[in-house]
Amino acid sequence: MSVDLTTCYLGMPLCNPLAIAACRPLTGDLDMLRRLEDAGASMAVLPSLFEEQIEHEELEINRLLEFQTESFAEAMSHFPELDNYNTGPQEYLRHLEDAKKAVSIPIIGSLNGQSNGGWVRYAKMIEEAGADALELNVYIVPTDPGITSADVEQRYLDLVSAVRQSVEIPLSVKFGPHITSLPHFAQHLVAAGADGLVLFNRYVEADIDLETLQFKPDLVLSNRHEARVPIRWIAILRDQLQASLAATSGIHRMQGVLKLLLAGADVTMLASALLMKGPEFLSILLEEVTTWLEENEYQSVEQMKGSMSRSNSSNPGALERANYMRALIRYSAEYPGEPVA
Amino acid sequence: MGELSDAWSAQQRINIFGTVPDVIEMQSEGGAAGAVHGSLQAGALTTTFTASQGLLLMIPNMYKIAGELLPTVFHIAARTLATHALSIFGDHSDVMSIRQAGWAMLASNSVQEVQDLAMISHAATLRSRVPFIHFFDGFRTSHEVNKIEQLSRDEIRAMIEDDLVQACRDRAMDPDKPVLRGSAQNPDVFFQAREACNPYHNAVPQIVRETMQQFRELTGRSYDLFEYVGADDAERVIVMMGSGAGAVEEAVSRLSSAGEKVGLVKVRLYRPFETAAFVAALPESTRKVAVLDRTKEPGAVGEPLYQDVVAALAETGRLSSCPTVLGGRYGLSSKEFTPAMASRIFEELDSSDPKRHFTIGIVDDVTHLSLKWDPRFSTEEEDVTRAVFYGLGSDGTVGASKNSVKIIGENTPMYAQGYFVYDSKKAGSVTVSHVRFSPRPIQSTYLIDRANFVACHQFNFLERIDVLTTAQPGATFLLNSPYGPDEVWDKIPKEVQQQIIDKQLRLFVVDAISVAQEAGMGMRINTIMQTCFFALSGVLPRDQAIEQIKEAIRKTYGKRGQTILDRNFAAVDAALTGLFEVQVPSDITSTIKRISYSHSEGADFVQRVTSMLLDGRGDLLPVSALPVDGTFPTDTAKIEKRSIAQEIPIWDGDICIQCGLCTLVCPHAAIRSKAYPKSSVNGVPDGFESRDWKGKELPDHLLTIQVAPEDCTGCGICVDVCPAKSKEVVKHKAINMEPKLEHLDRERDNFEYFLSLPEVDRTQIRTETVKGSQLLQPLFEYSGACAGCGETPYLKLMSQLYGDRALIANATGCSSIYGGNLPTTPWSANSDGRGPTWNNSLFEDNAEFGLGLRLALDQKRDHAEFLLKSIAGTVGDDAVRAILEAPQTTETEILEQRKRVSGLKEQLAASDEEYAGKLAALADVFVNRSVWIVGGDGWAYDIGFGGLDHVLTTGRNVNILVLDTGVYSNTGGQASKATPRAAVAKFAAAGKPSRKKDLGMLAVSYGNVYVAQVAMGSNPAQTVKAFREAESYPGPSLLMAYSHCIAHGIDMTTAMTHQKTVVQTGFWPLFRYDPREANAGEQPFHLDSRKPSKPFRELAMKEARFAMLTRMDGERADLLLEQAQRDIDDQWRYYEQMAGVERAIVNDFEEAQS
Repeated sequence: MSVDLTTCYLGMPLCNPLAIAACRPLTGDLDMLRRLEDAGASMAVLPSLFEEQIEHEELEINRLLEFQTESFAEAMSHFPELDNYNTGPQEYLRHLEDAKKAVSIPIIGSLNGQSNGGWVRYAKMIEEAGADALELNVYIVPTDPGITSADVEQRYLDLVSAVRQSVEIPLSVKFGPHITSLPHFAQHLVAAGADGLVLFNRYVEADIDLETLQFKPDLVLSNRHEARVPIRWIAILRDQLQASLAATSGIHRMQGVLKLLLAGADVTMLASALLMKGPEFLSILLEEVTTWLEENEYQSVEQMKGSMSRSNSSNPGALERANYMRALIRYSAEYPGEPVA
Repeated sequence: MGELSDAWSAQQRINIFGTVPDVIEMQSEGGAAGAVHGSLQAGALTTTFTASQGLLLMIPNMYKIAGELLPTVFHIAARTLATHALSIFGDHSDVMSIRQAGWAMLASNSVQEVQDLAMISHAATLRSRVPFIHFFDGFRTSHEVNKIEQLSRDEIRAMIEDDLVQACRDRAMDPDKPVLRGSAQNPDVFFQAREACNPYHNAVPQIVRETMQQFRELTGRSYDLFEYVGADDAERVIVMMGSGAGAVEEAVSRLSSAGEKVGLVKVRLYRPFETAAFVAALPESTRKVAVLDRTKEPGAVGEPLYQDVVAALAETGRLSSCPTVLGGRYGLSSKEFTPAMASRIFEELDSSDPKRHFTIGIVDDVTHLSLKWDPRFSTEEEDVTRAVFYGLGSDGTVGASKNSVKIIGENTPMYAQGYFVYDSKKAGSVTVSHVRFSPRPIQSTYLIDRANFVACHQFNFLERIDVLTTAQPGATFLLNSPYGPDEVWDKIPKEVQQQIIDKQLRLFVVDAISVAQEAGMGMRINTIMQTCFFALSGVLPRDQAIEQIKEAIRKTYGKRGQTILDRNFAAVDAALTGLFEVQVPSDITSTIKRISYSHSEGADFVQRVTSMLLDGRGDLLPVSALPVDGTFPTDTAKIEKRSIAQEIPIWDGDICIQCGLCTLVCPHAAIRSKAYPKSSVNGVPDGFESRDWKGKELPDHLLTIQVAPEDCTGCGICVDVCPAKSKEVVKHKAINMEPKLEHLDRERDNFEYFLSLPEVDRTQIRTETVKGSQLLQPLFEYSGACAGCGETPYLKLMSQLYGDRALIANATGCSSIYGGNLPTTPWSANSDGRGPTWNNSLFEDNAEFGLGLRLALDQKRDHAEFLLKSIAGTVGDDAVRAILEAPQTTETEILEQRKRVSGLKEQLAASDEEYAGKLAALADVFVNRSVWIVGGDGWAYDIGFGGLDHVLTTGRNVNILVLDTGVYSNTGGQASKATPRAAVAKFAAAGKPSRKKDLGMLAVSYGNVYVAQVAMGSNPAQTVKAFREAESYPGPSLLMAYSHCIAHGIDMTTAMTHQKTVVQTGFWPLFRYDPREANAGEQPFHLDSRKPSKPFRELAMKEARFAMLTRMDGERADLLLEQAQRDIDDQWRYYEQMAGVERAIVNDFEEAQS
């Protein structure tokens, strides 16, 4: 008997739990998107529309076009006036529309706003362009010691609430794991209108260039061990939230997918593994997951989802501080000569 | 006009025939005229636009076009021809130089007329077959914004008859019905054939008349060949054409309403000049006529229109009733022409002993031709809003003023006019906007001198510009001020306080910079000041004004994105919250004085003349003050002290590695390095920094890197290239941009002391290195070039190395403007008085002009050699040989030669030999002169290429420096043949489809030309090396210097560093080709840059000229960028083969950083 792989995310039925995370080389390219669908992807999140980037580009274009204009009698300007500079989100929205036409799987728009007005404006545009759902890619890097964690969390909540009020399509929120009381925060996000949470955002951490002594942004691909963070938090949150949960970060192998489903993820989102191994790797992964489920006599993904959530697991303490202590004990046991701290 | 046509064509806008006109840019106006001629002969309706020197280049073809009766219209914004000086401004000297070629000439006097008579010209040329010049005043009309009634497409369609268009096609060259044109004719028939066209020319006046009638029936706007306005019984009449007629008409109206019998005849159809029609236009009562010409024809009986009028009166017998005809010149180079001057001319006509030939608008104290007028005569009406806005080019004042004109013109029944006066500087340029709003059509074709509203958009202007000179009593004065209403008064210079009190002005302040910064607009204060203007002037209800300003912003910036709109809107909304009226005290309290350059009368030229120009009082200078032949002193930019930077570089000697890069790249020579003996130090001001000079060649020397705080433009390039960073705080370098106001006083003293220190001994340093070269005194300083200019560092380097013996021929373009536009010049002199001597001939002839300089030098040297040998008996054979054969490559050798020549001259002074005096006068030529031919790529690749190519073949010792920006930078970024593929430029709005010309390889192919391609920001050592090799090469040298430019759409602060990427992509390979090495059997071609290590796209995405194409048309961008990459790959393979073995010389940037 074949296993029922279907799952439900943000109220949308998906043919399997393998989705594609927001990633420019993957979901920003129509050909790649088609290959991913052919390989079995059940859903795709488009790369994020960054309000800051749009704003920066508009300002830069304007600055360069205005520079030294109307200053000198023989040269009122230095560039021809073009019909359209295609600033703003048009390119993104066009890609969204093209993606909807190119594939039949659900397409989720992703947005990183900067201003409250920007969040709402672009969210509406993404909805109007035909996105099946919207993922809010939220991060705030506080540098001012005067800003409290409550301030930061309130900003998240405010913008989720503002976007929720302006669009009808399902809404998910993608954020990072560095929240002091994540269950509390998650609960408020859902209360503010999030239909689902995407755990977790991996930030672009700047590196230092030793030659120029400057910071340089440098995105490092994930490794499979990173999946442990979403495993923990999905297991903890699963029983406490009436919301979809998507797992992302470090899903490189069949095992990762299975573990996250066990913890309670509705869908797993991949990117780094596909960048490294190509889009067709997804079909291998899907086959491996299916085989494992069959061999272990699962009837459906639904059956498995959350079966090891915090309340469903036999050793939930491992998700808490005990996890750390036990590892140390095991570690010290292997090296009996070392003192235990 | 051409640019707009090109843009419309690129947008596929169709014409009345349903097709998109093809617009093509040619290498020169001469080329354009040839292409027009061919296109007309093959049967297409064709037109072109030009002015000034460009029109001169078209003349040969224009004779052909007229001779072949080819219907066309050339639209000319009439501008000054270069004579004793270039002037970009307006007069009729260009169009008058073509009046004899057989073209009909129709003159428009206003913006409305430009549209209408353009239409009439196009219709009439088809009917008459005679080509038309349609002209109007450059700047005064071409750059004025005014409310007009636009022709509809249907009206245009109705004016053009299809049969006549078809007739043109039927006459076209066609192999199906072959003809011969352009024959060579002999004395037997040429004359008769030349007369055969007479009926066509004779028919033109009637055809124009009929066309004007048809136009009137269609539009209701009436024109005639000659139009009279004024008293029906006028006795005194002015005859003229062009925008000045507006001023005269106002005067006529005022005077005739006061009962004076005066009038004006406006000449519309100047050629053919129909005498009967002219005479008919003059009232019967006319007794005296003054004919005004906006041109000068030295040696003629009178100027052209004067001669025509006299002849017409004589031929028609009207001279008997109208015996007095005066000829006057006015308005050359856009000199102001006002109703007051017109009134004075009418007075002169009334005089018992009038000047038959006069000038008006100047004071001629030499030949005493000028009329003195009373500026108090005014025709300005009380119900007209007259506003003058003083702004910086960078703050958007002009753009906002243009929008204000559009707002009133389009949304109210009122009429609106805007005219804009620009600076000759490119960095920190001041603009003055003159804006009128009136219930009646505005024909005031002169600047506002009785403003009822004055706005000063930059507070520091108060110290430098007399902004209130234009304010009339009771006017409103709006000041952008960082000081609030309670504190501003004491910050205003006392002269300004006096004007405010005397004129009883209402003073308002707004802190527009703060509002702009709050709204994210940076220094862009235009919409804030515009909002305040509307609020204070009351020309529109406040709410409506704000809504219309926003609508104008939407139209202007809408395409650039929501962010731009949001920020502008925020600025508008916040503007009025910061606007306050100042309660003007009755006393002058300020201790601040306005800066004046004029300190003493009757001193040297700079004091008498240059300082007047700098004070903005050049109009007051009499004829006697000006040189008769265009010769001006150099070394004058240093007196300007424009102080335009907000931040200036400050040196930290503890970190400095003394590499010299900061001074090398400084576009304005505003950061200097000097090594000087410790023993020379005396009276050091507090805070003056120095460190031990690290080079071995100058023991016991100190080094100081010093900013010229009031000459720096604050571009920050020096800081960007500085490789030395603090170990403790990485962002802190050996020089750092810091707020000028915090450092100004100290650095001003420091710089003065710095200048007093002795210059380095040129014979003791290694000028072949970057750091050595940067110890040399720059003889090119503080130019008006853009902040961050990529051209000027090369000129400065040349001046450091060879300026004390350089003759420079400079092609017209950016370098001639920042190099030679009055009031001052950056070309300077050393303490011996030696320095570059500079001249700009034309745009197209620069290589030939520079060759001429060399020919003269060679000739003088040959003659001097002859004389020297002739008196060898006196001088001594050894001395003769030494002078003639001494090497002169190094600084030491030059110095030795100077001593020999000096000794020779002393000997000659004591000699009574026949040739001694002659030789003494010529002997300096024995010291090698360095001839530099300088210009941009527009000159070298396009308009001047033929001449440059020829000069390269002559074998003469000239150094040609091409400052290659890849566009015509000076005129606003038009494409040249140096424009790279895929770049967006004017006339290449869809991205240039063709490859950049490889000028270097064309020159290499001659085999005897030294050729080098350099990019200072990428490899400064190679640049210095190439300059030295080029100069030392005893034949023609061609240096192509990569020059970043604002027209690339880049961040100018990092532009030098950006050149590294330019070279790393292979877009601009560095090479040197030295024929001396070929002659010695060695490899002459050295590829100095490494194999391309980055894709071209990486460079392209950092420059808006390429990146904007990817936004506009991604597919085309991909195609062109791919082709551009192939160009680079192909070129690199070719160069590698040329070089045989790849090699690279040490890069100073990398060395400095390692």
